Amino acid sequence: MYSVNYHRASSLADAASLAKKGEARYLSGGMTLIPAMKVRLAAPSDVIDLSHIAELKGVSVSGNSVRIGAGTTHAEVAGNAALKAICPAICSLAAHIGDPHVRHMGTLGGSIANNDPAADYPAAMLALNATIVTDRREIPAEDFFTGLFETALDEGEIVTAVTFQAPSKSGYSKFPNPASRYAMAGVFVAQDQDGVRVAVTGAGENGVFRSPEIEAALASNFDASALQGVTVPSDGLMSDLHASAAYRANLVVVMAKRAVGAANG
Amino acid sequence: MGVEGIGARVARKEDKRFITGAGRYVEDMVLPGMRQAVFVRSPHAHAAITSIDVSKALEMPGVVGVLTGRELKADGIGNIICGWMIHSKDGSPMKMGAWSPLAVDRVRYVGDAVAIVIADTKGQARDAAEAVEVSYDVRDAVTQAVDALKPGAPQLHPEAEGNLIFDWELGDAAPTDAAIASAAHVTTMHIVNNRLVPNAMEPRAALGYYDKAEDHYTCWTTSQNPHVARLVMSAFYNVAPENKLRVIAPDVGGGFGSKIFIYPEEIVCLWASKKTGVPVKWVADRTESFMTDAHGRDHVTEVKMAFDADNRITGLKVDTIANFGAYMSLFSSSVPTYLYATLLSGQYNIPAIHANVRAVYTNTSPVDAYRGAGRPEATYLLERTMETAARELGVSPAELRRQNFITEFPHQTPVIMCYDAGDYATSLDAAMQAADYAGFPARRDEAKQRGKLRGIGMSAYIEACGIAPSAAVGSLGAGVGLWESAEVRVNAVGTIEVLTGSHSHGQGHETTFAQLVAGRLGIPIEQVSIVHGDTDKVQMGMGTYGSRSGAVGMSAVFKALDKVEAKAKKIAAHLMEADEGDIVIENGALKVAGTDKNVPWFQLALAAYTAHNLPAGMEPGLKETAFYDPSNFTFPAGCYICEVEVDPDTGTTEIIQFVAADDFGNIINPMIVEGQVHGGVAQGIGQAMLEGAVYDRESGQLVTASYMDYTMPRASDVPSFKVSTSNTPCPGNPLGIKGCGEAGAIGSPPAVMNAITDAIGSNDLTMPATPEKVWAALHAATKH
Repeated sequence: MYSVNYHRASSLADAASLAKKGEARYLSGGMTLIPAMKVRLAAPSDVIDLSHIAELKGVSVSGNSVRIGAGTTHAEVAGNAALKAICPAICSLAAHIGDPHVRHMGTLGGSIANNDPAADYPAAMLALNATIVTDRREIPAEDFFTGLFETALDEGEIVTAVTFQAPSKSGYSKFPNPASRYAMAGVFVAQDQDGVRVAVTGAGENGVFRSPEIEAALASNFDASALQGVTVPSDGLMSDLHASAAYRANLVVVMAKRAVGAANG
Repeated sequence: MGVEGIGARVARKEDKRFITGAGRYVEDMVLPGMRQAVFVRSPHAHAAITSIDVSKALEMPGVVGVLTGRELKADGIGNIICGWMIHSKDGSPMKMGAWSPLAVDRVRYVGDAVAIVIADTKGQARDAAEAVEVSYDVRDAVTQAVDALKPGAPQLHPEAEGNLIFDWELGDAAPTDAAIASAAHVTTMHIVNNRLVPNAMEPRAALGYYDKAEDHYTCWTTSQNPHVARLVMSAFYNVAPENKLRVIAPDVGGGFGSKIFIYPEEIVCLWASKKTGVPVKWVADRTESFMTDAHGRDHVTEVKMAFDADNRITGLKVDTIANFGAYMSLFSSSVPTYLYATLLSGQYNIPAIHANVRAVYTNTSPVDAYRGAGRPEATYLLERTMETAARELGVSPAELRRQNFITEFPHQTPVIMCYDAGDYATSLDAAMQAADYAGFPARRDEAKQRGKLRGIGMSAYIEACGIAPSAAVGSLGAGVGLWESAEVRVNAVGTIEVLTGSHSHGQGHETTFAQLVAGRLGIPIEQVSIVHGDTDKVQMGMGTYGSRSGAVGMSAVFKALDKVEAKAKKIAAHLMEADEGDIVIENGALKVAGTDKNVPWFQLALAAYTAHNLPAGMEPGLKETAFYDPSNFTFPAGCYICEVEVDPDTGTTEIIQFVAADDFGNIINPMIVEGQVHGGVAQGIGQAMLEGAVYDRESGQLVTASYMDYTMPRASDVPSFKVSTSNTPCPGNPLGIKGCGEAGAIGSPPAVMNAITDAIGSNDLTMPATPEKVWAALHAATKH
């Protein structure tokens, strides 16, 4: 790690003003940024720690409306009883991110702002048709994730929360990379009165995406059997040391079946 | 006290300090004035160094020194050598290219050390290392051994034309070829043994200290054999004469072979300490370990196994290409030769065997011994071939093996080894019973109902352990003798220190060696301390590898104990006015057999040191030394059975059960032995299903340089093992021990691969059998 200045922000306004220093980066758990800094791949002059800002914390559930503060850890999401009652899939997703250390440090806001193409949360945000709330505006998830490690966030803009309506059914299934345990293909399915939304992470060359083939197959029959024989194109899927695009295309369908199974569970 | 002797499940004495964080590793050593070192390493797989400019780095904050290969060479530090001579079949010696501890004008793999930067803190050293300007003229690289042998391939060393280090053979070609030509059936296999990164929990480290007043060097290093390190650094690298060099290997967190070898870093830290006048410490980071620890395996082999009409093996022909990496590491040449081809008879009567091995340079990390070293490669090809032959012949894999087992001992194989004892059918039966082999078809059918593909596979392995005797290994090219030493020091009131040349880096010697002594003398195990790992304390030793500490190291303790007991009995006989032949040692006392006369052990020890009343002419004191050189290798053997379930949708393999039935001869501590089997099998499962070092074929970059890309076995990847042992005591050493450290890693990969290929009905699968590869093999097979 290069030498770096650490700042603990006390409020959003404090964070935004600190961010004007040098090559500053926000830190919200640091489960990606700190390892990158340790191997000197990231070299911010200043890090601004958002994890002590009270207004970014916590989960609130009102009827089917959900609001999760950006500073909420994966462990807090995984263990929230009210959330589990209306949207167990997102709790299950959070419970399987990384390892216990990561789940107690990493945050939802940190994950989606980083937009790692193999992270779990982007799939949930897209399938749940969530709204990403920032200190400046509200952004539909559809418009938020713009590419590999790219989002619609402007310079210095901070994610403060995500909001969504719990669907009537939802499920998530991922096939972990054997080495890193990040998603090699992760599929989140959600069904409500507006239809079925299916989002795929870990597989796309440009990060998280919706699968029209799977959504179409599930639209009339929200059951794993509806995906029998369905294929997704391997064009646009990642090919790397661990999985070819063709294998990922297969995994996407298999994970979709399992996610639907979990949703109907 | 009987509960602490041989055969007792004594809890490991050393674990308290390890699990409470009180162990002392090289990184824990702090010396006054000590500074931190970082190595500048080549980012290229193959390049000429055109210039090195250290001027900017020298001006960076905290920097004490920046040293390069030219200065190292100017001071006469020698090149790193391989200590085992192999001659090609044309009689020419192996072609060893120069390996300077710091590269002078050429780098040959990503990670090759180019310069050392020494600074007050590691961060400062890192910053300054980035400021060292090295200009490279990048050349084409070659990473696969098969490619390196092709005409026009990039050439690594002028000494080795065509990158060929040696072209060696063992066995007799003519009868083998004749057996294949006249066979009723020939099974042909193309076998790839994947390259592995050792991944010891503690990364390598070195602390070099030059004492100007004494003109003396001390090196703390992560070594499995500190005496060999001192010998080699003195005799070949001109660091210092042996009497001016002390090597200490304190607590060492795992080695698996990778810490046998003498690496550039410890040599350079010692030299740099004199050069800069400060103690110099270097600790590898994890990616440095991935890049520069000697890797294991990496063979490509063609196999032909011939059978007669009764399914008896009549011949075996093996043609292997072994990747040695960029330089010849210390024992690299012995691994694919005398630790490999000599085991190609396996557990079977094979009248004719011929092996040809070509050793090849490539632009990759050096390759050397890794848990099993040669024997896993031999076992893998044999046991994959046996299982395949059984499928081709339409017979039971178990019965094909049984039919070909060696049943009479001693048995001389066509490939040097003379097996002294064994009972292979007993291990096979035990494994089949534990696995309920007979019940497998029903389990397979049940799994099919659930949409899962179940498979079963076995492996009958043999290994040669001990890596001794000295005369034998010397005749095969070893540069050192492979005995072991022990000194038993009885203190004045009877407590005991055992000094051993074996080194413990996870094996539990502090417990097992103490069990031997406590059991023999009938004294509490707490009264016995084991001292190892310091050339100033233990005079000489050969270290720990090749499952040799029990068979060879403990046998040396046994011999020293013989001498201690003989002297103690003389003293006791004198004190009790009895005949020496009537003295027995029991429950911590020397007794006159058949009477109640006795001298407690502590009184006997005191008598030896007060020396008031010793037999006439006897020297005072009670301390004895033994150097033990065995009469033969030892031959642990066993049978492993693996049962898996494959998910055809994803290619994921789950190990349902893993059975290990081993014959390790006599066992000192069954709990530690089981732990060794568990660890070895976990590593073997790692090789079979998870691990594989991958270099980019074009650039020569190590793609799997961290745990993000290199898959280590996790708890969830392995089942709860079913282990058992049988015992045909080894006749070659006084304790009847065969060794157990490597068996798990040797026997398990073929069992796993035989099971997976059985499940998917396709033999076209290489290690590591990742979900993607299994899925692809399954789908290729079902398309036909």
